[in-house]
Amino acid sequence: MMAKGVLVDLTRCIGCRGCQVACKQWNERKGLVTSFHGDFTSPVKLNSDTYTRIRFVESDEEKGPVWSFVKEQCMHCQSPACVSACPVGALNKAENGPVTYDFDKCIGCRYCMVACPFDIPKYEWNSWAPWVRKCSFCSERITDGMEPACVKTCPTKAMFYGDRDKVVDEAKRRIADAPDRYVNHIYGLDEVGGTSWMYISGVSFESLGFKMGLPTEKLPDYTWAPLSTIPFKVAGFFALLGGVAYLRNRGTQEDNVKEDKR
Amino acid sequence: MSMQTQNKQPFLSAGTLLLLLVVGLFAVVAIYRLIFGIGATTNLTDDVPWGLWVAADIMVGVALAAGGFTIAATVYILNLQQYKSLARPAVLTAFVGYVIVALGVFFDVGKPFSLWHPIFMWQPHSIMFEVVWCVVIYTTVLALEFAPSFLEGIGKESLAKAMRAKSVVIPLVIMAVTLSFLHQSSLGALFLLMKGKLSHLWWSTMLPYNFFLSAVAVGLAMTSFETIVAGRIFRHPVSMKILQGLARGTALALACYAVVRLGDIIVKGNLGLAFAGTRGSMLFLLEIGLGVLLPMVMLFVLSKGGKRDENSILFAQMLVIGGVILNRVDIVYLSQKVEGVTYTPSWMEFALTAGLVAIILVLFRAAMLYLPILKHAELE
Ligand code: SF4
Ligand code: SF4
Ligand code: SF4
Repeated sequence: MMAKGVLVDLTRCIGCRGCQVACKQWNERKGLVTSFHGDFTSPVKLNSDTYTRIRFVESDEEKGPVWSFVKEQCMHCQSPACVSACPVGALNKAENGPVTYDFDKCIGCRYCMVACPFDIPKYEWNSWAPWVRKCSFCSERITDGMEPACVKTCPTKAMFYGDRDKVVDEAKRRIADAPDRYVNHIYGLDEVGGTSWMYISGVSFESLGFKMGLPTEKLPDYTWAPLSTIPFKVAGFFALLGGVAYLRNRGTQEDNVKEDKR
Repeated sequence: MSMQTQNKQPFLSAGTLLLLLVVGLFAVVAIYRLIFGIGATTNLTDDVPWGLWVAADIMVGVALAAGGFTIAATVYILNLQQYKSLARPAVLTAFVGYVIVALGVFFDVGKPFSLWHPIFMWQPHSIMFEVVWCVVIYTTVLALEFAPSFLEGIGKESLAKAMRAKSVVIPLVIMAVTLSFLHQSSLGALFLLMKGKLSHLWWSTMLPYNFFLSAVAVGLAMTSFETIVAGRIFRHPVSMKILQGLARGTALALACYAVVRLGDIIVKGNLGLAFAGTRGSMLFLLEIGLGVLLPMVMLFVLSKGGKRDENSILFAQMLVIGGVILNRVDIVYLSQKVEGVTYTPSWMEFALTAGLVAIILVLFRAAMLYLPILKHAELE
């Protein structure tokens, strides 16, 4: 199956939070009691019961203040740091796009949380046997040919779902067709080597609080460099240390206590 | 062969009783943690998923135990016999240290009873997977290196003799050094994935080498610290030559570390960050100034002098230890600042960490008193 992707067109989102509700329903996550905390974003952060949320951002543009509604969820990176981090292979990048999680394998080291450039994986801190929780790209749904729950529910079609190549083409087309409407950046096209979920926006991604200045390299390449050379290091160390040990110990006693036995 | 240390003292001293009290508190916290889970025990949150336990029990623990392989390499590979008296205490420290690090990991992972998974569920693209394997194998190697002391202690002299043979010890030490290089550096490599999240005062592709070199330095510093302190507790005067040799070794390792770490920061044009006046820059200056440069100069000077200045050496080596502890804590959480988030470990986190340290000290004391660890110590 082709790798799927989603384009979130921030100019189309009206902040209804239908996706937030649909996601909770599909994934059977409980609702949380929240309180007003100074802006309309709720909850304050993604958490183990909330895989996606809409962040409300008011930014000052030339034409005056603009409200933007930013959907947050796992980006389903093309080369996910979380997958490469996991020591037991509990996280996996499926061929059709989703980065999925297997609780039975997980040991709870939380390296995936540390490694994720977008701080997406959340932990069930209140549990005795905690899960790592995050958006699954509705893996079962899309494997069965359906759209993700949040995409399906969106009343303004702010999300465009399809093969990732087509999603990228669509993003480029929208920006080219209306260069005044969009900033010329597809967020997620190159960030950390590309992500399955991408964004286009009418105001700068920086002012919307997106993580800027992320490397465009695939993050796992950084750790694969030392890992892939281990056989050579082992061979080198064995040869070097063996050689030195031989030269330095020639003709000395075999039992290394005898020499200074009292 | 007589296996007694010269100054046999009773196992229970006032200090030991205090340590056992800390171990008792540890046991209570440990049980609480196993029953109620990691979230109930710690102040960790989604913003700070790694805290005191990862920093202290694992990162610092492994670094401080590095004396085990540096001293073993000095004595058995370089065959520098003058340091022989250090070998058994250093191997003992490392062995006890790694066992306790494993215990610390057990309490830190969210699902302690799944800790065996990496042995069967392979994921060779993960640095963490490699670290787990290296630590498991190295702890086994340490057990074998430690075997002669133990076997002599229980009177199995012929078996001990077999385990002391150079043809057994040297291959073990070669494995020890190789495995140590791999996992000491990999503990740094863990953070390579954090590009963009860690400040460039810490993040660098040189992270693995920074970790390894600082581990070599702090391993020697710990050996020195331990030799002096144990010498006082067990009334076992220490040879100044040995302390000066260790001082020279620590200073050299610090110099290599400083060149690699600072050189890299300067070459990449990030030195300005050090003087930005932020919390991170302060921590960095503290780490480098007090933890690296000052003790490096002190130790170079002290390793030359003719007079016996044990206290200054002790002080300088403690600076090194403090510097590396700060470095690991900085990288794991202290230098990272998430807006609106403060993390102070809970009292139970502190208690568990203190308990692990206490267990190490108690086991160390028991081994020093009942096993032939110090018997080759030279008297000045
Ligand atoms: S956004 Fe984070 S959690 Fe999601 S795939 Fe990328 S690295 Fe993994
Ligand atoms: S917490 Fe679980 S899923 Fe995350 S890296 Fe560790 S073992 Fe893998
Ligand atoms: S793809 Fe599925 S799991 Fe992810 S945010 Fe949408 S509804 Fe939630």
